[in-house]
Amino acid sequence: MKVIETIDLNVHYKEVHALKNVTMSMNKLSITALMGPSGCGKSTYLRALNRMNDLIEGCKVSGQVLIEGDNAYARDIHVDDLRKKVGMVFQKPNPFPMSIFENVAYGLRVNGVRDKKFIHEQVEKAIHQAALWDEVKDFLKKSAMDLSGGQQQRLCIARALVIEPSVLLMDEPTSALDPISSAKIEELMFDLKKNYTIVIVTHNIQQAARISDNTAFFYIGELIELGTTKEIFTNPKNERTQNYITGRFG
Amino acid sequence: MIKQTKSGKRKRLNQSIMFWVFRVLSLSVVAVLFIILAFIFIKGFKVLSWDFITQSPTEGMTSGGIYPAIIGTLWLIAGSMVFAFPIGVLAGIYNHEYAAWKPLKVFIRIMTNNLAGVPSIVFGLFGMSLFVNKLGFGDSILAGSLTLGLLALPVVIRTTEESLAAVDNSFRRASLALGATKWQTTSRVVFPIAFPNILTGLILSIGRVSGETAPILFTVAAYFLPKLPSGIFDQVMALPYHLYVLATSGIDVEKSRPIAYGTALVLIMIVLIMNLLANVLRNYFGRKYKVK
Repeated sequence: MKVIETIDLNVHYKEVHALKNVTMSMNKLSITALMGPSGCGKSTYLRALNRMNDLIEGCKVSGQVLIEGDNAYARDIHVDDLRKKVGMVFQKPNPFPMSIFENVAYGLRVNGVRDKKFIHEQVEKAIHQAALWDEVKDFLKKSAMDLSGGQQQRLCIARALVIEPSVLLMDEPTSALDPISSAKIEELMFDLKKNYTIVIVTHNIQQAARISDNTAFFYIGELIELGTTKEIFTNPKNERTQNYITGRFG
Repeated sequence: MIKQTKSGKRKRLNQSIMFWVFRVLSLSVVAVLFIILAFIFIKGFKVLSWDFITQSPTEGMTSGGIYPAIIGTLWLIAGSMVFAFPIGVLAGIYNHEYAAWKPLKVFIRIMTNNLAGVPSIVFGLFGMSLFVNKLGFGDSILAGSLTLGLLALPVVIRTTEESLAAVDNSFRRASLALGATKWQTTSRVVFPIAFPNILTGLILSIGRVSGETAPILFTVAAYFLPKLPSGIFDQVMALPYHLYVLATSGIDVEKSRPIAYGTALVLIMIVLIMNLLANVLRNYFGRKYKVK
């Protein structure tokens, strides 16, 4: 089943045509890696899915983004409802300067949940899902700023999971982390795949090969090739894809 | 072998000359402050006593205390805070977080800066014609507080904007990505982070306001009024104006000079205590919402 589908998606930043007629889809409970050199449009594509591009001045989007069949850019869709469905984890860990507990509870609170018991259960569950529980269970009241970078990033994942989105967007989630923390997050993604459809932007070709089911290669705003990760890495159809994954440019 | 070179000597000499220039200049700023404080303290501390800050002036202001002026100044500080803080902070939030149309944003910013540049005597004149006469508040705490509040407004707005600008955008994005609205993001994430800095700016603006003479001259300050105010429609004495009166137009200027210095000392102490309070509060809230 297709959870995400984009049809002729175009994004302009003022005069720059950042994304050109991208048509692709992601299946339920899969991991899709978006790769390509800097400025290829992969992050722009990711941000188009939860409309974070709306925050960028002079950004114009045309074409369709369908999330579980609903057009994300339709007039009767509220952007905050969309973002509840489509969670996001950023490149740099960005926990709020609050306690560990409050960081995760935030998503529930802003979405109108008041029931204390329910909040506690959900927060605990989300921190478990993010494989962070054992490390923080005794310090839930401590500031999230005291955690290490890798722990902060997993906290940000817990924060995104607590409102139970169907899609999780990850924008180079390990590029600011050390190799051990990165490995933990990659491991975590395999578990998350059981419940979430994941789209991950990565600069790291090996990472894309290790974790994803499908891989999309972007180049200067265009989707050059999309296929199963195995196909892309063993038998790419396009020459530019081949050059990129073999390290001839990028 | 590591050799000394001529150009190496020269660049190190330049370096140390510039270092001393910076050091001397910045220390001289500190020196000026210390000289002012020492001067006021030496001249004023002789008259300082418990009676001085709890008694009314007597014998044509040549003896007695300055209690009514202290109380008056505290009233005016509180009054101007009540007006300037909510309006200034909300305006600052609007302009930094909400105003989407750039020309409007720039226009508001320019106008705020212009407001900050208006001489305080002009605020006094404006306050007199609008609050005292047109709105009929008379010479009163209300009229004086509104006038002082207007004076503090641009400072409060700018401090708020600058404090909000210092909040990393990644916090806003993280909140919005969780389905929070702009208002939730502003009130629950951005504002608490900016709050310690906003608070400091607010209290520093009080420091400025509490020492202003011109805006209260026509709107609230009484030449001599030993009675304490009973409400916001009463006139009060105020420290800066009292100082002005004692120094220029008292009954016996020479005799009341020590009291003038004592008044100056009390005024400076109030401002310093405010600044101290600002630091304590900032540290307290800064720890609570520590970013790094």
